[in-house]
Amino acid sequence: MLTEQTKVKIGLEIHCQLTSLKTKLFCGCSADYRGKPPNTHVCPVCLGLPGAMPVINKKAVEMALMVALALNCKIAKTTFFARKNYFYPDLPKNFQISQYDLEGGEPLASNGYITLTVNKTKKTVRIRRIHLEEDPGKLFHPGGIGVSSYTLIDYNRSGIALVEIVTEPDFKSPIEARIFLQKLRSILEHLGVFDGGLEGAMRCDANISVEGGGRIEIKNISSFKDVERALNYEIIRQKDLVKKGVKFGMETRHWDEARRITVTLRTKEEEQDYRYFVEPDLCPILIDEEWVERLKHEMPELPDARKERFMREYGLPEYDSEVLVSERALADFFEECVKIYGKPKPVANWLMGDVLQCLHSLETSIDKCKVTPKHLAEMLMLMDKGDISIKIAKKVLWEMMKTGKTALTIVEEKGWKRITDIEILEKIVSKVFMENLKAVKDALIDEKAIHYLVGKTMEATKGMADPNLTNQIIRKKLVEWKNKEA
Amino acid sequence: MEFYWLSAKEIKEKILSKEVKVEEVVQILLERIKKVENKINAFITICEDEAYQQAKKIDKKIADREKVGKLVGIPVAVKDNISTKNIRTTCGSKILENYFPPYNATVVEKILVEDAIIIGKTNMDEFAMGTTTETSYFGPTKNPWNLACVPGGSSGGSAAALAAGETFLALGSDTGGSIRCPASFCGVVGLKPTYGLVSRYGLVAYANTFEQIGPMARNTYDCALLLSVIAGWDWRDSTSMPVQPKDYTEELTENLEKFKVGIPKEMVGEGTDKKIVKAVFDYVSKLEGFGVEWEEFSLPTLNYALPTYYLIAMSEASSNLARFDGVRYGYRVLDENLDWNQMFSKTRREGFGSEVKRRIILGTYALSAGYYDKFFLKSLKSITLIKKEFEEAFKKFDVLIGPTMPVLPFKLGEKIDDPLALYLCDIDTVPANLTGTPSVTFPCSFQDGLPIGIQIMAPFFKENLLLKISYASETFLQFNRFKPKI
Amino acid sequence: MEKKEKHISKSQVEHLAWLARLELSDEEKELYTFQLNEILEYFNKLSELNTENIPPTYHVIGKTNVFREDEIQQSLHQNEALKNAPKKRNGFFKAPKIL
Repeated sequence: MLTEQTKVKIGLEIHCQLTSLKTKLFCGCSADYRGKPPNTHVCPVCLGLPGAMPVINKKAVEMALMVALALNCKIAKTTFFARKNYFYPDLPKNFQISQYDLEGGEPLASNGYITLTVNKTKKTVRIRRIHLEEDPGKLFHPGGIGVSSYTLIDYNRSGIALVEIVTEPDFKSPIEARIFLQKLRSILEHLGVFDGGLEGAMRCDANISVEGGGRIEIKNISSFKDVERALNYEIIRQKDLVKKGVKFGMETRHWDEARRITVTLRTKEEEQDYRYFVEPDLCPILIDEEWVERLKHEMPELPDARKERFMREYGLPEYDSEVLVSERALADFFEECVKIYGKPKPVANWLMGDVLQCLHSLETSIDKCKVTPKHLAEMLMLMDKGDISIKIAKKVLWEMMKTGKTALTIVEEKGWKRITDIEILEKIVSKVFMENLKAVKDALIDEKAIHYLVGKTMEATKGMADPNLTNQIIRKKLVEWKNKEA
Repeated sequence: MEFYWLSAKEIKEKILSKEVKVEEVVQILLERIKKVENKINAFITICEDEAYQQAKKIDKKIADREKVGKLVGIPVAVKDNISTKNIRTTCGSKILENYFPPYNATVVEKILVEDAIIIGKTNMDEFAMGTTTETSYFGPTKNPWNLACVPGGSSGGSAAALAAGETFLALGSDTGGSIRCPASFCGVVGLKPTYGLVSRYGLVAYANTFEQIGPMARNTYDCALLLSVIAGWDWRDSTSMPVQPKDYTEELTENLEKFKVGIPKEMVGEGTDKKIVKAVFDYVSKLEGFGVEWEEFSLPTLNYALPTYYLIAMSEASSNLARFDGVRYGYRVLDENLDWNQMFSKTRREGFGSEVKRRIILGTYALSAGYYDKFFLKSLKSITLIKKEFEEAFKKFDVLIGPTMPVLPFKLGEKIDDPLALYLCDIDTVPANLTGTPSVTFPCSFQDGLPIGIQIMAPFFKENLLLKISYASETFLQFNRFKPKI
Repeated sequence: MEKKEKHISKSQVEHLAWLARLELSDEEKELYTFQLNEILEYFNKLSELNTENIPPTYHVIGKTNVFREDEIQQSLHQNEALKNAPKKRNGFFKAPKIL
């Protein structure tokens, strides 16, 4: 297990699809390829047919610049695209159009940072570089990568716009890495360039070294949970090697999701020589101050600013605000709900607590689940009215999640409405008294025994009796009883 | 004079005046082709069916008095590295022997819109890498003036087809002289446009930074007519220039205005055949009669033009040709029991010829880690210097004149085993590609029955000046009075 | 007699052939090593040129900021895309196994 003494340096390389774009980075094929038949979102350009030529999608550049600004980066004045040359079946041209530091131009942006809160402490993670590149196609190995005797290729994804974000090795633990990724995702979603819920929209490679060991690269990590798992696995593996005095380093390993281990992909000797050179079919991009200023003006509200506003406008504590803005859909849900219901703190509490728990158990997310802001508002209003208790509300929430029915409907269907009718309660209490004469006698003497009678009344009403009213009625009846006796 | 020796201009006039039907034109041409092709081998694919189909359509248009295009009914031969939809496009290579593009190059779209007829795809050095059309997988093309001699390359098929009366117009491509060299060796007019004047979309790339598609014809007017159709901005080619469409035939006149000529010493010195030097100065002294001033001057950077050209061209080629791996199109070895690396390597081994392989290896070398600065980057800096010298030269002179080739057309097989000797033949043509300068060649004299081409270069986008000089020269040189006897 | 390989060795040629996925026969390796050395000897004259503080020219004609709008264009039909594929299956391109 990770101990305080383990000195660890982790850096991340994240690839995010700009899923809000309509078309690919260098051609006009529709970018909405998920779930479509293979090789139906392709053209001569993204298929790499001889003679085809790329043309840059302006919106992709603008979105990438917005990402760079949101991450506090320095924007390049001149940037161009470069070819990264290597052979692989998912690469239709056997080179990828990406960006690189070449004389006369730099990648799109560099030297930025994000601030995180880890264990209530603030931490700054430096961003080394941001650039644009195209996604390769997808490979399928029927039966599994080790078993299959052939590979099937679908180029629908080939050419999709990716933003690559490279951090400095500033992470000291896998948890920090995970928190960073969550914040990054929230920022990108607030920018409106990216929907993190889409399959494959964010992919991550990690670089990790432990004290005494060399640097290892891990590829193919596709979920935030896997980032933590893979890194934890590697730390243990590497610490073990260091203890045994085994030399290692400059190695690339592949994260095997199913077996939850890393395996060797290639060593330094087989290191790739990508032979980068400026893409001759594309012209340089000059980014002037005017362009940058205009983008700054058009920037939507980002998580940090939104957090401050939640604290100011809704009077929420920092912790609550932080949790709510960690996911754009969650923050949106919160604000929608408050618009209808009015009181922010209860909404925040329910969202941070039971709602998130439900989502987790049902393996869904706030934007995909059946509960809407209106649902939650209605439920809270029923609670305020006294129609349901907290305990019942929790059950109602579950039912809403599972069925999508409104709180009102559920309470009626299940008969969960709290009984506040005094006449009805008095009848029930009388019955309880009749059935529990000994307890009644005890209650006349001992206060504590009243709880027992309250309990019995709740039992008889399946918890629906209003506890305060019940208490009052029981006391009243006891007095009556006492008087009768007398 | 036989019908197939007429000019494109004359054919068009006869068609418009209804003296002849387009179908007849096609028929006569196909008969000529059938008669001489086994001696010349100018075509890889003859588009008999498509040509008749297209001819019938145009004849109907004329009969219905519909508006017709600028190239109405004129058969055009298209070099086989220019993509033609559903018509085989091989680039002179085994690896594309059965490749049928699903799209047209922009220039092909343009000539079809103007009602031209594609009569066939012409032979070329494999992937345009060569100076003699001897590296074609489909056998060499012969020079119609002397069947034992090379026609030049890499657009040897286009030039020979024109010289042999097998077509009226032709499209070629010029990366290091590939239009001008065969035009010179075959005694026809060939123009390499300013870089960016003609769209490269659909041209199978060899060296993106240098190449242009250009018009070839037996006379200047025809050349200017074809240029007018293919020139112009194309959104699909990011390097194409926003130039307004122009009619290059308008300004053609028999009269020559005064202009200043510079003759680079390095082009008429030791490395050039004395007969060619004499031809150049004979021509220039004829120009004096029109009041043209000329002067020899030095362009010292020309001594470095050839290595500069080859290092960049081969580097780009090594990357451009990486896509040919047998997965998406083209030749593929029988791959039972091969993994993908083996399949790629064996496919490319069997599909590519040796000149192509040589250039791919050299290009990979020039880009590889440790050599990039010394070779590739150095060459890019060399271009800056050469460009500067050209800019200075064009401040003093209106045009630069020199030979197109340093040698006369030589025998087939004479230089094919000595790659370096062949590269040296490009010494006069590559400077125009390195600097993006437009350049025209036309025959200025004959020697031992073989044509000698004169090369004229002008500042960017001054193709009209080049064509004016060519047209006027044609009048007093009358090179069209000779025809090869095949 | 073996000529001394001044610029490029046979093993370098082998490595480059691997980088370029070009299988070469032993004769080809010998021949190319010889020819490439000759060619590189000639190309070496480029080192005479003083290019200190000279910027590289990446594009011969200086256009910048060439873009297109984020508008959808027509894609190929699946059968057009696969038309030239030597091997295909169920709408996919088929390639040999990865490992």
